[in-house]
Amino acid sequence: QKVSVEMLDHLEHLALVDFRDSEGVERLQKAIQFADQLHEVNTDGVEPMDSVLEDRWCLYLREDEVTEGNCTKELLENARETVEEYFVAPPG
Amino acid sequence: AALKDALRSQVSAALKEGRVTPTELCQRCLALIKNTKFLNAYITVTEETALKQAEESEERYKRGQPRGILDGIPIALKDNFNTAGIETTCASNMLKGYISPYNATVVQKLLDQGAVLLGKTNLDEFAMGSGSTDGVFGPVRNPWSYSKQYKEKSVSKSHSEDKESDWVISGGSSGGSAAAVSSFTCFAALGSDTGGSTRNPAAHCGVVGLKPTYGLISRHGLIPLVNSMDVPGILTRCVDDAAVLLGSLAGHDPKDSTTIQDDFKPFELPNLIDVSKLSIGIPKEYHAPGLSSEILALWSKAADLFKNAGAKVVEVSLPHTRYSIVCYHVLCTAEVASNMARFDGLEYGHRSDVKDSTESMYAATRREGFNDVVRGRILSGNYFLLKQNYEKYFVKAQKVRRLIANDFVKVFRSGVDILLTPTTLSDAAPYTEFIQEDNRTRSAQDDILTQAANMAGLPAINIPTALSERGLPVGLQFIGRSFQEKQLLTVAKWFEKQVQFPVIQLEEVKRHDSGVFQHQQSASFS
Repeated sequence: QKVSVEMLDHLEHLALVDFRDSEGVERLQKAIQFADQLHEVNTDGVEPMDSVLEDRWCLYLREDEVTEGNCTKELLENARETVEEYFVAPPG
Repeated sequence: AALKDALRSQVSAALKEGRVTPTELCQRCLALIKNTKFLNAYITVTEETALKQAEESEERYKRGQPRGILDGIPIALKDNFNTAGIETTCASNMLKGYISPYNATVVQKLLDQGAVLLGKTNLDEFAMGSGSTDGVFGPVRNPWSYSKQYKEKSVSKSHSEDKESDWVISGGSSGGSAAAVSSFTCFAALGSDTGGSTRNPAAHCGVVGLKPTYGLISRHGLIPLVNSMDVPGILTRCVDDAAVLLGSLAGHDPKDSTTIQDDFKPFELPNLIDVSKLSIGIPKEYHAPGLSSEILALWSKAADLFKNAGAKVVEVSLPHTRYSIVCYHVLCTAEVASNMARFDGLEYGHRSDVKDSTESMYAATRREGFNDVVRGRILSGNYFLLKQNYEKYFVKAQKVRRLIANDFVKVFRSGVDILLTPTTLSDAAPYTEFIQEDNRTRSAQDDILTQAANMAGLPAINIPTALSERGLPVGLQFIGRSFQEKQLLTVAKWFEKQVQFPVIQLEEVKRHDSGVFQHQQSASFS
């Protein structure tokens, strides 16, 4: 199963990282080949595991109380381009 | 007090009794950091703030009110923990110049107890790697490269001045932290462990590396790699010190919903330990291809040690061990693809000058900010998460994960208390040799013995065991039951006492540590 250049383009577009084409294809191909070993394992009747804490821990909800915030200044400090209280992105 | 001293048993008492002050300790560590700069263990040294913290600690000791055992103790942090007001880079261009606006919970806990934070240590970029060779600040050098023990064993290649290229890797990805602890520049360091990133460098640098049970220590503020496997790791020079750090850090954090809600009771380890009632499991699959005969022999000797002490030692099987790495490859890249999506240049971190469109700015930012390894994993992860691949790869890997975790459950249920395995396949490789293979291949090879514990969320610890023929550290690993750190560390401490791992002999340390030297009994294990 070969990875097409079109597939690679699609992935680069989704992931927003790029790889010079043929190097990217080869890398990905190797990664897929490696991952294909998973299919040697019989997983009939096995449930996927989301978390090792599944038995002990229910994802709890806390009370809907505001306990922190008002840190606009700190949050904006690390951004390179801001206008008033906005992060600025190029148009389009 | 010497920089070589053990925290709990020696330094803490020395501080309380005023035989040494926090400022002195801090200054000595800072000086040693300067003189071991060639190790490249630190990315940022927070000299000013450390000295200030030390001064404040000194005031507390003078008043007879130290906050606890960690008050005044110099500690280093892997540079993927957020530290308020201090640069946190993850050894990546993406976060160069990023000043954290907050402290990770574990950092805050250390500060609350008066610890002195010396700086941020070097790692593989975004903790992806097993050598600490793939970060933008360059590779970390294993302090043992400069030890008397290694130099004595090094075959001198004619009169070549190539001593520079003889140095060996520190292991990774928490190599900087391991090197820092190993070279005495701090008493303990935090690392992180997702596939072995604390235990691997611990083994190569001859220090204790603890991976706690997933859910025991808060990950809030630890820049995530794989949310379902990451844990903060603890690196120290002895097991007792690891227990101290664990006691200071473990416990529920409302800011991290993946921490368990049970109360955690800090513990001290007994001094007299009886292992005769224990059952030690030796998983046969850990006799992995490529395991050096030296390590195999040490592993066997260790098993005998337990047998002779009256413990029951049994061979066990963890049949899905060899799929752990493949499983990890899929789950890790998938979670990385998700976790790295936040780096787009808008809110923090590097931002490209490309302005044509938002998308092109994102793409350029990420191309400029991430190295090949990171980008490669993001790409693979996105492939496995495509609709047409989701069941086939991601869900499949999650199923295999359950099988791996179940292997451990079965073994522990059969009466085994602790598993004993090697930590790495061999001693540390020379850098020039290590970089011949690419990161993914290396990681796949090196993580093979450590990864499964992350898959199952179990606690595991590396204990330095003996020196190899090349004069480099070799460690063995103990894996315990979930949340049974006390039992795990007790067994580890017993083993540590039996093997009497030698102290590293470094010229730089001798010159700087003008305190009383601790001459340890050298009833060497091998």
